[in-house]
Amino acid sequence: MAVSKRIVLHFPRRLVERPIIYRLVKDYDLEFNILKASITPEEEGLLVLELKGDQKEYDKGIDFLIKAGVKIQALSQDITRNEERCTNCGACVTVCPTGAFKLEPKTRIVLFDNDKCIACGLCIPACPPRAMEVHF
Amino acid sequence: MVKTIAEINEKIRQGKAVVVTAEEIIDIAREKGMKKAAQEVDVVTTGTFGIMCSSGAYFNIGHSKPRIKLGGGRTYLNDVQAYTGLGAVDLFLGANALPDDDPRNRIHPGEFNYGGGHVIEELVAGKDVRLAATAYGTDCYPRRKLETWINIKDLNQAVLFNVRNAYQNYTVAVNLSEKTIYTYMGILKPKLGNANYSSAGQLSPLFNDPYYKTIGIGTKIFLGGGTGFITWQGTQHNPDVPRTEKGVPKTMAATIATIGDLKQMSPRWLIGASILGYGCSLTVGVGVPIPILSEEILQYTTVSDQDIIAPVVDYSDAFPQMKPDVLTEVSYAELKSGKIKVKGKDVPTASLSSYPRAVEIAGILKEWIQAGKFLLTEPVEPLPGVESGVTQKPLNERPIEY
Repeated sequence: MAVSKRIVLHFPRRLVERPIIYRLVKDYDLEFNILKASITPEEEGLLVLELKGDQKEYDKGIDFLIKAGVKIQALSQDITRNEERCTNCGACVTVCPTGAFKLEPKTRIVLFDNDKCIACGLCIPACPPRAMEVHF
Repeated sequence: MVKTIAEINEKIRQGKAVVVTAEEIIDIAREKGMKKAAQEVDVVTTGTFGIMCSSGAYFNIGHSKPRIKLGGGRTYLNDVQAYTGLGAVDLFLGANALPDDDPRNRIHPGEFNYGGGHVIEELVAGKDVRLAATAYGTDCYPRRKLETWINIKDLNQAVLFNVRNAYQNYTVAVNLSEKTIYTYMGILKPKLGNANYSSAGQLSPLFNDPYYKTIGIGTKIFLGGGTGFITWQGTQHNPDVPRTEKGVPKTMAATIATIGDLKQMSPRWLIGASILGYGCSLTVGVGVPIPILSEEILQYTTVSDQDIIAPVVDYSDAFPQMKPDVLTEVSYAELKSGKIKVKGKDVPTASLSSYPRAVEIAGILKEWIQAGKFLLTEPVEPLPGVESGVTQKPLNERPIEY
């Protein structure tokens, strides 16, 4: 069975210079799409990936990453909306490249779809009351 | 059928007034007809919740011992500079004020995470705010330095005073250029990537009384979660603009200046705003009740998003360069559909003012009136109307020769 998942990888300093993602392709035949990357030498690296492939191979690949020392997080946990601060104005709606914000047509309440979020972070400074928060 | 405000107030006192929101009245009038609706409905409540830059607050902090004259010196509230050109311990804080060390747009676009609007929000929330002042010292006000926590509950006066609120209509902002621009109308993506608007449309106060027949100086309103008053025409008040057949201005027109005791307001309705690449501001909740004095007044309140037209303006060139060019005109119904057509292209839309919060404000005001807690006021003077000659002029620059 084929799967497609969005995950956040945290690389400890010692792994930053190793070709981890290459192994995912070569050994587990996984297709990847980099949604966000910030890897700086001497520091921890962060990679947001969309991974596609066979479920079994995907699981093995994830297993490999964990054994290598990469910390894995589901993407949806990382960008959250502070409901107390959100005023449902809609300033985020057209800023989001994946359409994760949708207006409920009747009430015009802004709905946030975690599954569509790629954690690019564009909505964070675009939000006037600063209701969008990132937790990497 | 003509009613007076006194008669409506009597009904409010008896708990018999019929109050509906500017959204509800649209269907009521459609079902019952204008005449019957005007007889039955006493008050229509409106609301808007958006970023309103010309907002601010003034304070009297009380005299210290020994005394200090803040006037003519420098005073900061949470590092944001307040205006001190007033009497000894009076201060004015504008929503756009920034800390001296904020990098502004030095690294463009600046984030503007904290400014005057945020200080006002924190004060209203009951948080302690750090006041730091330096002064020059006089015989009667000898002190030169003051550092203290202040809290809204200890201030003699804390008054929200906004010189321009609740714009009657607003432009829709787009970007025709090749690069993203960061404006007070939000982030505008290149080549018509998006269109941002900012009005509650059919719920917005001045759209429901387009000729200011009931709204005037002295009108009691919902302001920042408490009550306030309209004190004057707002700055840039510009009533004489092209209008639709129903009298709705097709571009930015009237504005109101508002005032109210900050101590009875709430941080849910006064929220510090950070506008990427532009600055800090304050999001303000305003709601105005409209007494249904006649069938004509009722008709105005039945305005719906289809009837309201706004101009689409290029914020990469026409707006900054003060060019009058309008790309097209669109209705609020189109804006709220999620996309508009500009130069043959489908452009996705987004709102900067919160419609759900505007609905909530109109609902709260309705409840206050139904509960007999909020009586209507007769304006002491009308706002300048179409015939008043009041217009918005550009600056006439006259070079200074040396």
